[in-house]
Parts: sequence; structure tokens; C-alpha cells
Amino acid sequence: MSLVEGTSQSVVAFSKHDLSFLLMLVFGWVILGIAGLVRPHRVGWIARILFPLGALIALGIAGLGTLALFSGHAPQIFLLPLGLPNLPFHARLDTLSGFFLLLLGMAGAGISTFAAGYFRSGEGTAPGLLCLQYHVFLASMALVILADDAYFFMVAWETMALSSYFLVTAQHRIPEIRRAGFLYLLMAHIGALCILLSFGVLQGGRWLFTFDAMRGASLTSFWASAAFLLALIGFGAKAGLVPLHIWLPEAHPAAPSPVSALMSGLMLKTAVYGVLRITFDLLHIRYWWWGVLVLGVGLFSALFGAIFAAVQTDMKRLLAYSSIENIGLIFTGIGLAILFEACHLPLFAALALTAALIHSLNHSLFKSLLFLATGSVLHATHQRSLGKLGGLIRRMPWVAALALIGTLAIAGLPPLNGFVSEWLLLQSFLFTPQIPHAFLNMLIPLGAAVLALTAALAAYVMVKFYGVIFLGQHREPSLVHAHDADWLERMGLAWLSLGCIAIGVLPQLALRAAGAVTQTLLGQTVNLASPFWWIAPITSRQSSYSGLILLAGIIGVVGITFVVVRILAHGRMRRAVPWDCGYPWQTSRMQDTAEGFGQPIRHIFGPFFDMERELPFPTDAAPRYRIHIEDRMWKALYLPIARGVQQLADWIGQLQGGRLSTYLLYSFLTLIVLLGFVL
Amino acid sequence: MHPSHLTAALLKLLAASLLLISFAMLSRRRTQRLITLFAWQGAVLFMSTLLVAHSAGLRELYYSAALTLLLKVIALPWILHRLIHRLGAQWDSETLVNIPTTMLVGLGLVIFAFGLAHPISRMATTITRNTIGIALAIIFLAFLMMITRRKAVTQVIGFLAMENGLFFAATSATYGMPMVIELGIALDLLVGFFILGIFFFQIREQFDSLDLSNMEALKED
Repeated sequence: MSLVEGTSQSVVAFSKHDLSFLLMLVFGWVILGIAGLVRPHRVGWIARILFPLGALIALGIAGLGTLALFSGHAPQIFLLPLGLPNLPFHARLDTLSGFFLLLLGMAGAGISTFAAGYFRSGEGTAPGLLCLQYHVFLASMALVILADDAYFFMVAWETMALSSYFLVTAQHRIPEIRRAGFLYLLMAHIGALCILLSFGVLQGGRWLFTFDAMRGASLTSFWASAAFLLALIGFGAKAGLVPLHIWLPEAHPAAPSPVSALMSGLMLKTAVYGVLRITFDLLHIRYWWWGVLVLGVGLFSALFGAIFAAVQTDMKRLLAYSSIENIGLIFTGIGLAILFEACHLPLFAALALTAALIHSLNHSLFKSLLFLATGSVLHATHQRSLGKLGGLIRRMPWVAALALIGTLAIAGLPPLNGFVSEWLLLQSFLFTPQIPHAFLNMLIPLGAAVLALTAALAAYVMVKFYGVIFLGQHREPSLVHAHDADWLERMGLAWLSLGCIAIGVLPQLALRAAGAVTQTLLGQTVNLASPFWWIAPITSRQSSYSGLILLAGIIGVVGITFVVVRILAHGRMRRAVPWDCGYPWQTSRMQDTAEGFGQPIRHIFGPFFDMERELPFPTDAAPRYRIHIEDRMWKALYLPIARGVQQLADWIGQLQGGRLSTYLLYSFLTLIVLLGFVL
Repeated sequence: MHPSHLTAALLKLLAASLLLISFAMLSRRRTQRLITLFAWQGAVLFMSTLLVAHSAGLRELYYSAALTLLLKVIALPWILHRLIHRLGAQWDSETLVNIPTTMLVGLGLVIFAFGLAHPISRMATTITRNTIGIALAIIFLAFLMMITRRKAVTQVIGFLAMENGLFFAATSATYGMPMVIELGIALDLLVGFFILGIFFFQIREQFDSLDLSNMEALKED
């Protein structure tokens, strides 16, 4: 009881209207989900009414999150009348939660609008049930961000894992999808166990599980490191850090596209949130080697994801590996921030953390956009394999145009948002020479090189993604019948691309939002004192960037070129078969394929892959080329574990011999042993 | 000799004979002999309960004794006899694993039971408290019998003997359980027994024998 009384005093001190309103909105999501069960097969009711309402709620949550970021109030606390007796749920709204709620609401609004046009009956689970799972998933993510005690956090976290599991296995009649769902659930539980253990360490022997009590717990350096490592493993399994990433390329393609967008765009960010919450809020000490560890894991994940994305031939798998890459970049930023913070360089720590936060926001926008675009393509063509798509820019102009924005953003091209965060991340690498460790000073610039390589590879991957799907000729004759997305889907895509453009052109907005978070966590912000079209994160004289001026420049140059070509020069226009290359005739099989495009990467980074190739002979009547690429981690790490578990299970299975008297003997011996304790 | 001393001495005698019967059951091969022994065990149990009821002056225990007489001395042995006649199993005998070893294990169990009962009997206030160890030993021996037997009928007899031990433990530790519980147990026993009887026929139909080792084939690989 003392726990409840202790916090209830502080509740009075804060205005709690924002938070209670937020919680009402979150429960509004749950109610929408339940409303979906009323008429589970009426698509009109669910798609045209409930999902758009869900999008409005998401907007409201984004608005309240923004308010929490900029209001400058002290954190708000609220006790929910739920939970166990004497163990109520605590909710808390501070700037860190506000930032992630903004992210959740912004991307969630776009995804829900898209989903309103996307879900239809006859695709696995009934739409009403999907509606419930979808909105419970959204609500649980919001509650993870708002939770202020370990108990509430774990309940929300597990609800999130379970609801997303059911969403992933929406088409549960397909065995691969069931397998992918199982793998996902398994990894989610391993992660959740580690997080639970981490909280167990964080309470520091006082057995109080509110985050408030954990902030006050004094841990020795050993236990603090243990808590940090457990949290890193637990949240890393959810985020998809290598080598805990194996579920990600399986689960994302298996799920319906809006769900892939939610999982990749939003759910992975809850893991980022969890790491930030534990590392920068609950733990009061940080060691430099934590930062180096996170930095190393992040960089490796980024490179690994980019390389694997380059060789994928399934468009959703490609995006899933690209998610691993982006999560790697985010953790690189977090690692740098921990390192700088531990070395007492708060300004640079704020810069690195800002980069990580803005990249989280960016990734939630452009990755959702691209996953949703693949959903539209999938509905229009029923093809996921890149080898059977092509030339869709003329059949689906809207999706192609909006996906182009997402593609450019994820490739890190200015003036879009991907450039801003990658630029900030590179900037923070440039300041590593100030770290007072000679050895690290020599090693970390290598990290910057890896980062640059990753960014280049990501751009390469995106050229492949866009080029093979939307450009060139149709690889299958049936693609002629592909239709564009409907208006709700277009609205969802347009909303997300608008976000990409806004942050890219006016990065100062995102910088301010992240600044509020770094102010809370590190007590320091990057330099925010510049006009709204300009950012100069360290000082106004050092490295600065303006998206707006760049955009004006691009528009100017393109405009002048256009005018010069069309009006001053000959002005003729000639339409030709794409990628004709001057051949007299051309078939769709003559254009570059996804495999062909990835071949150089596959060649250069050969040791990364576990390849199986089937090459045709010149004499073959029906030549066939097949390549199968596996993750080495799978064979090196997971199969031995699986085999060990199987052996152990077989060994224990011998207990069950089938003889009745043996079973009686077991219970008899158990009885005797237990009685022996009494003796 | 003082009457209570006499009662206590008589009780010890009865308890000892219960233990003896348990050992006898452990070594019998013939199913029919086993049923007879089971009936005898019930009879001794009936007498000891009657004695405790008399010395403690508890009316409820008289009812328990009557229940024991009806159920364990008359009804169950009679049903068992009829059952094995119907099954044609009255002359069944089974090969036991090494009777001396079983006896030695049983001896060890008795010692263990006495050690276990020692602290309990110091706390109990009943005149029967010294026999708690014997009651526990009877339970263990019945369990041991179930482990060493292969036939379905003998397993059930072992199970019933275990219940006898439990009943005896209850009487000696706390002058029996409340009547409601006792009635409930008696009913459970009867119902369980009928179900097992049905199973006998089913098992025989499936495997042409009541040998439980056939059931190993049911295990899934």
C-alpha cells in the first residue's frame, strides 16, 4: 500500500488532463476493435467507418504527444484503475513518451487510412477479427510507451507480441506463414524473458517495480551492466538486431502489408524506446564499453541488413532486411550517445541521440510508406516476387509516384528526411576524436566508413527495389491488368510521403522535437537557435544544412533545364520502349532482373551468404537458373541450439517409456523424496 | 491390567497384523488369494476402528467402522470375486520380480515410514498415535505392490489397499476424518471401482489379456 500512497501525492501535484485524455484515446482504439466484432464480415462497416476513426484517434495521439514534447510541463503521472490489488497500473507521460507517441500517431494515422482501403474479406482471418487485433496492437504499443511500472509494461509488451502474432498469421492456412508466426512468437518470448529479468535486476532488491523506484535504486556496476545487457538482448530481439534478427525477414513478408508496416514502422520503435528508457532514464550510470558494444552491434546490423537486402528477390523480404539496416543505424546513434555521455561530452551525446531519434521517426514514415506500397502492388498483381513485376509506373501512377518519395527518402537523398538523420549520424561520428580513449579514437572512424558503405548500399538496394517493380517492361503479361490503389490507400500513402517531405525540407521541426527529449534524458540539446529552414546542430558556423534551400535549388535547376530543353531547344518528345538500348527488338526477359542487379553485391560479399546455385548448361532445352540464399546465422547459431533442445527433449522423452509400473515408480519416488524433506 | 492399556495393546496387535497382511499381499501370486487377503485387511481395519470408537467414545467412528465392514470386507471382495470369475481370471498368477528383493525394499520403506511418523506421533494426542508409522508403511507397501504387479486386477487391489492404509492413518492420527469426507471417499472408491471394472473388460477386449505390459504399445513415438 505504501507504494500507492507514495505516488498518489505526486499525482495531485501535476495536471493530468493530457494523460487521461491520451489514455481515453488509447482505449478508444480498443473499443473500435471490439466494435469490429459486432459485424465481423461487413467490410463496409469495418473498412469505411472503424479504420478511418482509428486514423483520427492516431492523429489525436500524435497531437497530444507533440503537446507533451513542447509544453515544458513536468512529467504527468496517472494511476489506472486496472491491474491487481495493491499493484495498480502506473502511466506516465514525459518527453520521451511524447516523442514516441508522436511517431506512433503520425505513422499510425497513415497506415490506418491505408488499411481502410486495403483489408477485404476472403483473405484469411475475418475483417472484424483483424480489426480487433489491429487496434489492440496499436493500443498496446501506445501503452508500452506510457507504462510507468514494470508490471504494466510487461502486460502491454506481451499484448503487443500476441496481437501482432495473430496479425502475422492472418493467412494461417499457409504452412510457411504458420512457421514464420511461430518463429516470431518464439523470439518475442525469449526477448520478453530477458526484459523481465532486466526489470528484476533494476529493482535492486527493493521489490518495488515502479519506474520511479527503479530510478532511485542504486546498483553496483556489475548489476547495472547485467540489467543493461539483458535489456539490450530483450529489446534487440524485438528490434531485430543481428544475430537476433532471424524472425524479421520471415514475419514481415508473411503479414498483410498494413501489418508489416505497423510492425516495421512502429513496433520496432517500441524496442528503441525500451532501450532508451532503461539506458538513459532508469539506469543512472553508463559505461563507455556499453556504447562501444551497441555501436558495434548497430553497425554490423546495418551493414548486414543492407547486404542481404541487396540480394533479395521478394519485395517484402527486401524491405524487411532494409528494416534491419535502419534499426542498425538507429542503434549506432544510441551507441554513440552512450559513449559520448560516458565520456562526459553531453553536446555530442545529444547530437548522436538526436540522430537516432530522428532516424526512428523517419524510418517509421518511409518504411511504412514502402510496405504499404508493396501492399497495393500485391493487391493489384498478386505477385511478391520481383522477378514477375516491372513497368508498373504506367499502370499504377499514384502508387509509383508516392513510393518514389519513400524510395528517395530511404536511400538518404536530400531534400528528403532520410538524408537529415543520416547526415546527423555522420556528423556525430566526426566528433569521435574528442573521446579520451586512444584506441577507440583509431577504431571508430572505421565505423564511419562502415556507415558510409551502408548508406551507399541502401541507396543501391532502393534503386533495385524501385527500378525492378515500377520501371522497365512488364515481366508477366498479366500485369497489364494491374489497377491503381483506391482513394483511401492513396490518402494513406500521401500522408506518409508528406511527412517524409516535411521533415526533409524543414528538419528544424524534428530537431526541436528530439531536442526536448535530449533535454530530459541528457540535460542538453543540440544547437536549436537557427531559423526554421536551417539546421546547424553544433554551432551556426560549423556544418549546417537547409532542406528548403536545397529544394529550391533542385526545383530551380530542373525548371531551368525543362525550359531550356522544351522551349529554347528543339522541344520534340519521342516515346520509346523502356531500356531499349538500341536493339532492334526486345523482350521483357532481356531487361535487368532482381537477381542480376544483386549479383555484384553477392559476388563481393560472398562470405556473408550461404548460397546454393543451379546453373543451366548451354545444351539444356529449357534452361533454368535458380539461386537460394540463406542466412549463415541460421546454420551457425540457431540450428545448433535447436538440435540441442531436440536432443534434450529426446533424452527427457525417454522418461515416458509407456510402462505403467514405471510411471507408478516415478510418482512413488517423488513422494518418497518429498517426504524425505519433511523428515 | 487397566482397560485403556488393554485397548492400546490390542490396537498394537491389530496394527501389527495389518502390516503383516500387507507384506503377505506383496508376496502373493494368485489373484484370488490376494482378494482374500484384502478382505482380511478390511476386517482387521474394521475391528481396529471399532476398538478406537469404543475407547474414544466417538459415535461417528462406529459409522465408519460399519462402512468399512460393508464396503471393504463384504462388498468389494465379493464384487472382485465375481469379476475375476466373469473374466476367467481366478486362477491367474503372475510372475513377480524377485520376492526377497521386494521384501527387503518393503522393509526399508517400513523403517522410512516409522522415521517419518515419529515427529507426527509426538504431536498427536490419540491413543492410537503409535500406529501412525504402521499406517504410513501400509500405504507405501501398497504402492510398492502396484509398482511390481503387471495385471490390471492386482493393480486395483493395490490401489484399494492403499486406501485402507490412508483410512487407518486417519483413524490413528485424528480419530478419523469428518463423516462427510469419509462418505465421499467411500462413494469415490465405489464409483472408481466400477469404472475400473468396465476398463478390465475393455482392456481384455483390446489385448486378449489383462496384462498391462501390453499397454506399452500405446505409446506414441
